[in-house]
Amino acid sequence: MSLPFILFFVFAIVAVVGAILLIVAREPIHSALSLIMVMVALAALYLLLGAEFIAAVQIIVYAGAIMVLFVFVIMLLNAGVEERTNWSKIAKYAGLPLGIFLLFELAHWLARSAIGARIANGSEGTNGAVSTRALSEMLFQKYLFPFEATSILILIAILGALVLAKRDE
Amino acid sequence: MLLLNYLWIILALPLAGAAINGLFGKNWPKRAVNSVAIGSVSLTLVAVAELVREFSQLAPAQIPWMRNYFPWITAGPFHVDFALQVDQLTVVMLLTVSFVGLLIHIYSTGYMEHEGGYYRFFSYLNLFMFFMLTLVLAANIVVMFVGWEGVGLCSYLLIGFWFLKKSAADAGKKAFIVTRMGDFGFTVGILLLFWTFRSVDFATIFSKVAENPTDIGVLTSICLLLFAGAIGKSAQLPLYVWLPDAMEGPTPVSALIHAATMVTAGVYMVARMNPLFSRAPIAMLAVAIVGTITAFYAATIGLVQTDIKKVLAYSTVSQLGYMFLGCGVGAYAAGIFHLMTHAFFKGLLFLAAGSVIHAMGGEQDMCQMGGLRKKIPVTYWTMFIATLAIAGFPPFAGFFSKDEILYSAYGGPFANKALYALGLAAAMLTSFYMFRLVFLTFFGSPRYDEHKVHVHESPKNMLVPLVILAILSTIGGWFAAPKFWGGQDYFHNFIGPVFAQADKLAPAAETTEEAAHVLEMQLSGVAVLVALIGFFVAWWFYIRKPKAPEDLAKSLRGPYTLLLNKYYADEIYLTLIVRPLLWLSTNVLWHVVDEGMIDGTVNGAAHVAREAGGELRKLQSGNARSYASWVVIGAVGVTVLLLGVWMRMAP
Amino acid sequence: MSAVPISYYLVLSAILFGLGVIAFVFKHNIITIYMAIELMLNAVNLAFVAFARAHKQLDGLVFVFFVIVVAAAESAVGLAIILTIAQNRQSLNVERVNQLKF
Repeated sequence: MSLPFILFFVFAIVAVVGAILLIVAREPIHSALSLIMVMVALAALYLLLGAEFIAAVQIIVYAGAIMVLFVFVIMLLNAGVEERTNWSKIAKYAGLPLGIFLLFELAHWLARSAIGARIANGSEGTNGAVSTRALSEMLFQKYLFPFEATSILILIAILGALVLAKRDE
Repeated sequence: MLLLNYLWIILALPLAGAAINGLFGKNWPKRAVNSVAIGSVSLTLVAVAELVREFSQLAPAQIPWMRNYFPWITAGPFHVDFALQVDQLTVVMLLTVSFVGLLIHIYSTGYMEHEGGYYRFFSYLNLFMFFMLTLVLAANIVVMFVGWEGVGLCSYLLIGFWFLKKSAADAGKKAFIVTRMGDFGFTVGILLLFWTFRSVDFATIFSKVAENPTDIGVLTSICLLLFAGAIGKSAQLPLYVWLPDAMEGPTPVSALIHAATMVTAGVYMVARMNPLFSRAPIAMLAVAIVGTITAFYAATIGLVQTDIKKVLAYSTVSQLGYMFLGCGVGAYAAGIFHLMTHAFFKGLLFLAAGSVIHAMGGEQDMCQMGGLRKKIPVTYWTMFIATLAIAGFPPFAGFFSKDEILYSAYGGPFANKALYALGLAAAMLTSFYMFRLVFLTFFGSPRYDEHKVHVHESPKNMLVPLVILAILSTIGGWFAAPKFWGGQDYFHNFIGPVFAQADKLAPAAETTEEAAHVLEMQLSGVAVLVALIGFFVAWWFYIRKPKAPEDLAKSLRGPYTLLLNKYYADEIYLTLIVRPLLWLSTNVLWHVVDEGMIDGTVNGAAHVAREAGGELRKLQSGNARSYASWVVIGAVGVTVLLLGVWMRMAP
Repeated sequence: MSAVPISYYLVLSAILFGLGVIAFVFKHNIITIYMAIELMLNAVNLAFVAFARAHKQLDGLVFVFFVIVVAAAESAVGLAIILTIAQNRQSLNVERVNQLKF
């Protein structure tokens, strides 16, 4: 039992527990906090996989900005325990069981995939860590256009949020 | 310009007359309508006369003369041309139809003078002439069928001429529907004919049947089916019921269509198809039996009827039976000859009856007449001559024709003594009821109120045709008088070639010619004797002892009622055929098939679509969780498909 | 040191994705459902990173970058919409937002 394995399992269990808590929680704020837990665990897993920059971005942007936004909205709306209405029959009888089935199906097949057998840290190649420099070079050369497009996308999102949140005077 | 090359003119003339009168005649004065109608028929007669002249100059090899005008139906092997042909039989029919037709047209100008719808009457009458001439001139059986159906249509139109009267409208429908039943057999016969001979042309069929032996069962079936159509059209048992009802139409219509021409179409058809009939002895026997029984049966009904036109109607049915008897025993020429003479004297009888009705101001019941002899002399004399003719007294026309039929029934090639006996009995009855009609109408003291009814003779345009027909009824017989009577035997020699195949196939006569002549003389004597008996009995009952008929009717109450009610034939048909058919149509075909199945299917399809739509739209619930669930379901499906199938397929 | 096989990460990714789907179908609160969407995105990110590692290429990481950016933009707009809905309906139950139906 080497260290990477232990670390992997620990963080994997944390992530799964967080996801389950998200489902089980009755108050939305609890769900939000569970989601943060999942994201942090995932950031650790990214580190294990050698994607440092991505791990950092995950913490900064995802857990730090997006989830904060979520928490703010929950606070604004004073969201409490939700009422239980069960109007959708399909969801109750088909959606839920099939969702569970989907989970196991995917897991089953992905476990068997050919690529999966490859070792995370292979004998060939580097130590595993990806340099941010290489990442940014790729980002600004090969994927320049999508980069610019996403910045415009963010601009549009800001405008959209502004318009939506504005009250009618 | 040879008229023979332009045969279609004979058809076009009456058709044009019908069209002009029908389309434009509504607001024209009567004189204009008359000119068009009578003009077209006169021109037709002139054309026919010219045709006959040219025909007489043809060589025997050119007969039958055919002209093909345009291909009408081409459907694979089934090929029908609009083709007309002329042979001796055609000539006889053409002359009869156009001449008697013209006389009746002239008569109608007088009879229908005070009637409404004048232009319509003449338009229909001309249209009838067109169809009848088509029937007669046809060179193949399909064109003949066109004429056949067309005269049926005109009969319906003319019987129901006074369509606002319910009984007239019903009679028109009855005529059409009953003849339609026979026409169904005719149509199947045409199909069988085509199936057997691969052609519908008369010339082709007759030559094929002469050269190649054809299965006698098939031939018999064809002949019987075609004869079924003749039973309907020529009012034989059991499809005769429309003819007495057809008397609802104006009297000229009864004269032309239901005495002289249309009802003879069946006889013409049988005579035309003689090569087939003569090879199917069973069919010939059937024709003869049906004809004879009908002749006797209708004569018995005519004994007690009181409506003057109904007596003549049953008499027509009876005489048509004679014609079929003639054809059935192989004496085709005799049958056609009787057709011609019958057109003369029966047409005359009907026209004279119309004159009587006109004189009596519309009265048709003979029991309300009497003693008209002195008041309407021309009508009386012409009617009397016609009665002598129909009863079979020499030297009038009916004697020769009827006599020849009876002789053939007795001693001819296909003789049958039983049929002869029945035919003879029918002749006696014919003589009786015809003289009964004359005596009741014209003799005795008036049984009507002389102050109310002013009897007057008919105008000239009605009387002249009567006289002409009377002359023909007198001398018309001499056309066919056999040599030993002093005649030229002109008719038989003329029309002989048409029946050449039939004559060839007939069994040879067993007796010598001398013996045959003696036999014929003897039989003629018997026939005349029988006619005289009828005359005397009628004289006894209606002149000598006018009370006698009533007493006889009282004592024979049962048979009398049966005959008076025409053997309840209409009632039987109503119960056995009409009511069940109506029940079937209403309850099965309408409710079950039309409403249930057809409407049900169409409405059901719409219903299913609407219900399905109604259920499917509930999918759009607006509930996001439902939508998400559906997405999951789809995702699962795709995943399973991809991973399960694709993974297995990938090596 | 021996490393963790990629398939483990992929299985974890699948489990997280499935849990996200279950949460999406199961929960009623709009915000919670939205969080389930984010969970699904994260699971997918994990799969991307794992594959990037397996192929020893950086394209997967760039894609993760973009996913995070888009998720950020999307959550901004989405939460604004949720705010508006909540103000209009005084309820956060997703099943009450059902006007667009037959």
